[in-house]
Amino acid sequence: MNCGSEIWNGRKEGRQNFWRRLYKDRFFVAMILPVVVYYLLFSYYPMYGVLIAFKNYMPSKGIMGSEWVGLEYFRQFFGGIYFWRLLRNTLLISVYSLLWGFPIPIIFALMLNEFRDGAFKRVVQTFSYLPHFISIVVTCGMIINFLSPTGGIINLLVRAFGGKSINFLGKPQYFRTIYVASNIWQEFGWNSIIFIAALSGVDPQLYEAARIDGAGRFKQMLYVTIPSIMNTMIILLILNIGNIMSVGFEKIILLYNSATYETADVISTYVYRMGLQSLQYSYSSAVGLFNSVINVVLLVTSNAVAKRITGMGIW
Amino acid sequence: MSKIQMPVEERIGKVIMVIVLCLASLAALYPFLYVFSMAISSPEHVLRRDVYLYPRGIGLEGYRLVFSNANIWRSYANTIYYTLVGTAINVTLTVLAAYPLSRPRFVLRRPLSLMITFTMFFGGGMIPFFIVISRLGLYNTRWGVLLPFAVSAWNIIIARTFYESIPEALIESATIDGAGNMVTLVKIVLPLSGSILSVLALFYAVGHWNSYFWPLVLLNNPELQPLQIYLYKILVQLKQDTMAGAQIGISRTVAAEQFKYSSIIVSILPIIVVYPFLQKYFVKGVMIGAVKG
Repeated sequence: MNCGSEIWNGRKEGRQNFWRRLYKDRFFVAMILPVVVYYLLFSYYPMYGVLIAFKNYMPSKGIMGSEWVGLEYFRQFFGGIYFWRLLRNTLLISVYSLLWGFPIPIIFALMLNEFRDGAFKRVVQTFSYLPHFISIVVTCGMIINFLSPTGGIINLLVRAFGGKSINFLGKPQYFRTIYVASNIWQEFGWNSIIFIAALSGVDPQLYEAARIDGAGRFKQMLYVTIPSIMNTMIILLILNIGNIMSVGFEKIILLYNSATYETADVISTYVYRMGLQSLQYSYSSAVGLFNSVINVVLLVTSNAVAKRITGMGIW
Repeated sequence: MSKIQMPVEERIGKVIMVIVLCLASLAALYPFLYVFSMAISSPEHVLRRDVYLYPRGIGLEGYRLVFSNANIWRSYANTIYYTLVGTAINVTLTVLAAYPLSRPRFVLRRPLSLMITFTMFFGGGMIPFFIVISRLGLYNTRWGVLLPFAVSAWNIIIARTFYESIPEALIESATIDGAGNMVTLVKIVLPLSGSILSVLALFYAVGHWNSYFWPLVLLNNPELQPLQIYLYKILVQLKQDTMAGAQIGISRTVAAEQFKYSSIIVSILPIIVVYPFLQKYFVKGVMIGAVKG
């Protein structure tokens, strides 16, 4: 009956209300305007620019004016000889990083948790975070130096044990190990922060109750500590799985070379080489777009799973 | 008390854990110790390769080369410039976005939050980003490594979470007392923001100090390149840049090597020096971010 007109009035009022509220909030709008402009220019303009993945982009003709080629570049990528290698390398580097890199910070946090707050704990923590703040260039510079076949410290060690110098960075079979191990070195302390915090939030009464029930330190860890950080662990694990296709290129391009492409070349480094070194803008945009679409799908799925299991997600 | 009751196997367990944790700390620290020792040991020991942990002898040739190298000075100055100007832009813009987005009654709160968070999950990718930067005329300019990185969505969310803890009632009471938006911001919100501002500044500053990829792609002109690019040339591309003019042969090789180690030390020194004092802020930042996560 008058139900409908009420809604209509409400909507109209809502719209007027919006402009009035916008005017009332004009100070906030003015505040945030530069950031909106930033996102339009440097995030949404490139999203529009990704159209060149479907065009034969000529810088002189611009994004709009270039000739439309449809899925040509995607076909070229999927049919190309490197597709499977890139996919395999991307997945393997991620899976190995997760397999080794995920448990170590947890074990580290669990061990630290067994000690009372004091100098020992603080010093260990301080030292363990430090590598996180060192630049990738310096980290890779040290890796290259330490692994150098002519006097790097690792090869001095190999020779001291009677072995022969190995050109670690020139052999494909060592690349993943080097990449994963150095990542763990750099990030294990930093990644443990969130677990250390979760652990310090555990109610001491739970430990007391467990102790009264006769649980030793190890049993307390098994039945009190670990269950209380289970949610944090599950969320981080699922989110890490969501990131499995996004291996960073910044470190790989410093460590790989044409001799190790077989195991080291991942999708993002390939985009970098094709796009910024060979200047095949359209083709590399198509490869990059393929990667980001998979990323979004994986992330949305993993977040939904995280929400279902733990009731928490990142949005 | 509980020490007396501690069973033997638990005491053994504790000893093992102390050892493991000490080894982990040593592993985290060792590369720096080694680099530092190689940088200041005397050239004979570097040549003989018998420096493993602590410096042997004293040789300051590496540092002399670093301090007399005009390229290092120039790129160091560039890095300081990018870090200071970049961080100032970053922190300002982050607060300008985070505070309005934290106010529950801001009319554009939802659409703009969505617009910003969406960019964390999807983007045009490296190549369209590069093309846009070039088309805006930022290639090979100082602005090119500042403006495209003016703000980070993740840090906006951290700051927004922080500002959400300022109760709306506090803002309202200021308004009732006749304070305008500007006065509220400057007199009430900013004085409460000390800790979040330092967290943001630290995260952004470390990011600028360490960034190499986009400067490498965007800055062709050596006059504009930051320190990380210089380090990239000598440490990764292994280019020689020691003007150890008079020296020849082996002593020159050793000098070049010590020069590399010294440059590493000089580049990470500011971080190492301020790090112990600021560590708690970094941790705080992670925790504010994790509340949301």
